[in-house]
Amino acid sequence: MDAVFLARLQFASTTIFHFIFVPISIGLALTIAIMQTMYVVKGKEEYRSMAKFWGKLFLINFAVGVVTGILQEFQFGMNWSNYSRFVGDVFGAPLAIEALLAFFLESTFIGLWIFGWDRLSKKVHLTCIWLVSIGTVMSAFWILLANSFMQRPVGFQIQNGRAEMNDFWALVTNGQLLVEFPHTVLAAFATGAFLITGISAYKLLKRQDVQFFKKSFHIAIIIGLISSVGVALWGHQQAQYLIHTQPMKMAASEALWGKSGDPAGWTVFATIDPKKQENGMEIQIPYLLSFLSYSKFSGEVKGMLELQAEYEATYGPGNYIPPVRTTFWSFRIMVGAGTLMILFGLYGTYLAWRKKLEQPNKWFMRLMVLGISLPFIGNTFGWIMTEIGRQPWTVFGLMRTEDSISPSVSAGEVLFSVIAFSTIYMILGIILVYLFIKVIRKGPYAPDDHHDEHAHDPFDKEEVKQHALT
Amino acid sequence: MHLLNDLWFVLVAVLFIGFFFLEGFDFGVGMSTKLLARTDGERRVLINSIGPFWDANEVWLITAGGAMFAAFPNWYATLFSGYYTPFVFLLLALIGRGVAFEFRGKVKHEKWKKTWDWVIFLGSLLPPLLFGVVFAGLIKGLPIDAQMEMKAGLFDMVNGYTLVGGLTVVMLCLVHGLMFTTLRTVGDLQVRARKLGQMLLIPLGVLLAAFGIMTYTMTDVFEVRGGILAAVGVVGLIAFLLSGYFMKVKKDGWAFGMTGAVIVLSVASVFIGLFPRVMISSIDQAFNLTIDNAASGAYSLKVMTIVALTLLPFVLGYQIWSYFVFHKRVHEKEHLEY
Repeated sequence: MDAVFLARLQFASTTIFHFIFVPISIGLALTIAIMQTMYVVKGKEEYRSMAKFWGKLFLINFAVGVVTGILQEFQFGMNWSNYSRFVGDVFGAPLAIEALLAFFLESTFIGLWIFGWDRLSKKVHLTCIWLVSIGTVMSAFWILLANSFMQRPVGFQIQNGRAEMNDFWALVTNGQLLVEFPHTVLAAFATGAFLITGISAYKLLKRQDVQFFKKSFHIAIIIGLISSVGVALWGHQQAQYLIHTQPMKMAASEALWGKSGDPAGWTVFATIDPKKQENGMEIQIPYLLSFLSYSKFSGEVKGMLELQAEYEATYGPGNYIPPVRTTFWSFRIMVGAGTLMILFGLYGTYLAWRKKLEQPNKWFMRLMVLGISLPFIGNTFGWIMTEIGRQPWTVFGLMRTEDSISPSVSAGEVLFSVIAFSTIYMILGIILVYLFIKVIRKGPYAPDDHHDEHAHDPFDKEEVKQHALT
Repeated sequence: MHLLNDLWFVLVAVLFIGFFFLEGFDFGVGMSTKLLARTDGERRVLINSIGPFWDANEVWLITAGGAMFAAFPNWYATLFSGYYTPFVFLLLALIGRGVAFEFRGKVKHEKWKKTWDWVIFLGSLLPPLLFGVVFAGLIKGLPIDAQMEMKAGLFDMVNGYTLVGGLTVVMLCLVHGLMFTTLRTVGDLQVRARKLGQMLLIPLGVLLAAFGIMTYTMTDVFEVRGGILAAVGVVGLIAFLLSGYFMKVKKDGWAFGMTGAVIVLSVASVFIGLFPRVMISSIDQAFNLTIDNAASGAYSLKVMTIVALTLLPFVLGYQIWSYFVFHKRVHEKEHLEY
């Protein structure tokens, strides 16, 4: 196994794993902030219980998100030092800003939120969770700014043998970012929402704490529906943007070898043969690709072979076609998951609106439990399409993946770290699921075993005495 | 525009100093869970004493890394790829420790707790040790070639000098953490923390002196910045002696301030010794990474300067406020239900 493959494997596995927890954190923070706002405005205890109960899951998840995030920042330097040297001038800034602007905010105010329930006034305490939520969204903005630069490099010039920033504003207003940021953040909101609706559906099926989970379901399903629709809208925007900036990725996600013809049909299913560079069997919906690309029912889309010739003329000889099967199927899986989320969201909202959650439709509630997985499938395959579809580039048109790795790091060292981190991550994943189930089983109103609670007050003399006794 | 290169060197240094000062005490408290605490209850108190803070403290490290990446991409790239395997262990330790704080109390089972206690202990011991080894390596010099690639073998990274550096940082964090404990706890635990802190001042003094002498004989930093370093050393010595005095007279706040000052001055002297280099090549001086050849362009530095100088006051403001929130209530006797 060569070093490039291993470094890519490590990046893919650690990033996918990290991005299980990140969207949960972003989504739950928002939902909890909304619940707690309802508590402060309406003054009803049950909203406070909601913020606390979902907050427990949020905190377990947040811890894993934070620690797996440190690795993300280190990884660029460790595995991709050539990349870091080449783009650090542009790419480092958003990472540093993310830490300064978002990480400090999140980490400080989450501490204040956890330990501040009874130390801060209601409004100040509410502000804390909103600041955490804002922090998670800002964090997404800056890291997606960095990613957008890899998709569509702007605001730089090549100087001293590297990319140097010359227009910060261009980076902030990168067209790629303006579609990628809302798409991704809304998907994260939906992830948190579907986690809550799924768990609530499970509890409603079991008829435990019905009032509590009905309300939770109600709040979350609305957030889930609005976000899912938004994800689709901005997904559509992104596809149209892709046609102009990364037509190869678009063509690969359509398994479109030759010209599409006008109007272009959208391929639902194809058997792809990357060696012969053609598809065996295809099922197409007419007009749809034209519509997806240009929002009208006509217009031709360029195929991979044509683009390959163009790229060779621009960038020199080489293979510029990304892994077609992966790109094609990832796109379809993502779209499928997103479509189901909208449908689930619609029907769930209907049930909540007609107050039919009391006697739930059992098969639908079971579907909602399974629906927890939908946003994760969508997120993961969305990113796989985005990153695999950009190959062979790390920074589109500027730097190739094979040139990006660390020359001083051996394949053996990378292999060692791949094994070490996968093992640890697997253990973390299992523990996290176990703890989630434990919290969910216990439900919102079970008495806390006081001696084990996270939220102990170490400064309270009484409590310290109690500890001394136990 | 050379001024900005200087400024960013100082900022990276400040971020690392902030990290060692802040996370230093929570590393120390993490180690104390095995070395000081006798009961499970005491362990819980110690962990909760850093509960609201450790995460934000760790962000200082993430920000230092980010600032290094943004302002000195070559420094970031050479250091992180060069110290590949130590950083793998560092990350494993930080990952384990972070989740351990959260997971430990979630299941009522002796084995579960004991396992996480070990993770907290090792996760708090290993990072300062590795950082000490890495920073000592920085001032001693590392095999860096003309392409800025560091190809270090095990003994380039781990040797007598860097090990003394590592142990010194561990001991510094431990004593600093014990002083933090005296500020945040009451009764027997507080008394024992103070006593252990006093006892450990002797090995800490020995380690600091040994590291100072080795640095004088084995590195060139005193040739380069002898005057300033001597001055910093004298101030550091005074702070060290004062910390002992304040421990004795039970002025815990002052003692904590003084152990903090020793940390600040120790980390600062590493950066002073380096300046204007960021990494020293043991192969050829010409291959040194400096604040010029490792830095980003002038435009990038300017943007980052504006951003950082705008944001840092807010960050410092609310972090200090958070310590204030959890400080004010130390002696209040209200019962809190969670």
